[in-house]
Amino acid sequence: MDMQLILNLYRQLFLIRSVEQKIAKVYPSDVIKSPVHLSIGQEAISVGICDVLRREDIVFGTYRGHALYIAKGGNLNSMMAELYGKVDGCCRGKGGSMHLLDSSVNMMVTSAIVATSIPQAVGYAMSLKYSASDKVVVCFFGDGATNEGAFYESINFASLKKLPILFVCENNDYAIHSSVQSRSAQTELYKIAEANKIESYVIKDNDVFKIRSLAKNLIDEIRSGEGPRFLEVYTYRYLEHVGPNEDWDMNYRPSSEKDPWKQQDQVEVLGSKIPTDLKISIENDVKHEISSAFEFAENSLFPNQSELEKHIYG
Amino acid sequence: MDNNIRLLTYAEAIREAIFQEMQRDDSVLVMGQGVDDPKGTAGTTLDLHKHFGKERSFDVPLAEDGMLGVAIGAALAGLRPINVHIRLDFMLLCMNQLINMAAKNHYMSGGDSTVPLVLKGAIGRSWGQGSQHSQAFQSFFMHVPGLKVVAPTFASDAKGAMVAAIRDENPVVYIEHRMLFGMKEHTPKELYASEIGKARIVINGDDITLVGISHMVIESYRACKLLQLKGINAELIDPIWLSPLDIDSIIESVKKTNQLLVVDNGWQECGVAAEICMKVVEFFQGKKNIKVGRLGFANTPCPTTPVLEDHFYPNAASIASKVFEMIRPNEKLWKPKHEQAEEVANFKGPF
Repeated sequence: MDMQLILNLYRQLFLIRSVEQKIAKVYPSDVIKSPVHLSIGQEAISVGICDVLRREDIVFGTYRGHALYIAKGGNLNSMMAELYGKVDGCCRGKGGSMHLLDSSVNMMVTSAIVATSIPQAVGYAMSLKYSASDKVVVCFFGDGATNEGAFYESINFASLKKLPILFVCENNDYAIHSSVQSRSAQTELYKIAEANKIESYVIKDNDVFKIRSLAKNLIDEIRSGEGPRFLEVYTYRYLEHVGPNEDWDMNYRPSSEKDPWKQQDQVEVLGSKIPTDLKISIENDVKHEISSAFEFAENSLFPNQSELEKHIYG
Repeated sequence: MDNNIRLLTYAEAIREAIFQEMQRDDSVLVMGQGVDDPKGTAGTTLDLHKHFGKERSFDVPLAEDGMLGVAIGAALAGLRPINVHIRLDFMLLCMNQLINMAAKNHYMSGGDSTVPLVLKGAIGRSWGQGSQHSQAFQSFFMHVPGLKVVAPTFASDAKGAMVAAIRDENPVVYIEHRMLFGMKEHTPKELYASEIGKARIVINGDDITLVGISHMVIESYRACKLLQLKGINAELIDPIWLSPLDIDSIIESVKKTNQLLVVDNGWQECGVAAEICMKVVEFFQGKKNIKVGRLGFANTPCPTTPVLEDHFYPNAASIASKVFEMIRPNEKLWKPKHEQAEEVANFKGPF
């Protein structure tokens, strides 16, 4: 396999993992006075897919959006300042962790209301078709979103109008604490899209190379005008739904469930494929980037009171 | 008469605004259930698809929330969608997209992005529309920061307000009224945008300030004619825009009249009239004694049977009677004969 590709993917995976770990570490000090939904365990999906996107391609995501923001090329300083509620944040502190967006890297909307960004992604794709653009939209959401009406309304319309969009369902099996099994009649979620005449695929092991390779084919097809595609990826959230801790003591999921996922942990797997000196060099570089970003966030100013009433109307 | 000003119905004026904006700007598109059908949303979207193509004026699935989300996404991408609902009642199905997403996108993004779209729908009334085809939600919409709300009454205002709504960078809720669609007014042919947040003084008067909302401007106008028979000259104001609201024009009028009656085309409780009266009271308290009053729908769902339905709405006679009571509290109550408005009496569906 191409070593440069492994290095690139590893850098992104390690960066996201380490940022999330650092957030979890500082979180108890309450410098981030807002809910955080960490991506630890699920990094491979954002990394694998964004690696085959162009900068001008558009992504829509969810409240668990740190991985996507970083993978799409978002500025880490801006993200950390946003989490700290500072004026240099990508949303001037008015969005926070659950609402990261940055149109300069075409990360358009992330929402805390499950599934609400899906129809917007479809609408964006409609505008691309209208203007005969060859850009594509990728819409990320979780398994919980597939229970929402907006999801069904969106896949129907995207299929009906043959829009240039890739739907990516990050199936970590839990909507907060409730399993897919307990709330979905059709537990093979990609089949819901298939029933709406969208070519649909599933990857069951969170493997970043498989994700990247399949996504590349699907994006090429979408870009050439073949209409929407749907990709479900099984993945696993290592920490609690919201917050910095593990939650095995809650017993809504057995701790043994994590074992196969940890054995194929993508950060570990890719790290093991890289010569030690290169690996250390990447990790040092990433650690430096992260400590600069946290320092930037700490030193950035809180918004002035006059910001309260700014940006209500455009 | 100037050839450039013709009599146009309210529906024709709205269609003309959309038509001329679509001609001017390729990014304007119309999407909604039945917009391209033979009825063309009471004529307001009639045959737009024949002029501008199916990509710019198209029918959508019965999926109000999803379709407003699609419109928001299109707006984020630089288009200017007009999302059309035949009736306002169905807009309840898209409140999540409207309030959680469209209204706050600009704010939550710290000014990074804007959502220029128009959400258009009509308040229904008469001929058994019943509880679910007659509702008016302007006060809900006014409550939400980030939304603009407009409810024009006259054809020329309907045209100018639609153009302004399309060109605005924010989500604008454009509220029509079914009883107004056929009403005619002299309307300029040329393309013009009205000033957002600017009221219209419909009748000048010194005795009381009467503010009507949507179709209640028409009923208030008739009430003014009745009051003139009693020697009472009301000043009638149509705010047109409810958010932003031209409270300055209302306050200026009350400075002269010392009395204010607001007639909402909606339920009275927590309604538009409460908000307008409160703003006026806040301005005058401690400076001047003024009297305020309000009228609106009865605090019930709208009944289907015509006999009860007639009692549900304020009308010219009940408005005139209320004004008389406010202005001449020491005289015997005056109850002019109630005659049902012709647009209400003549309306026969079929929807």
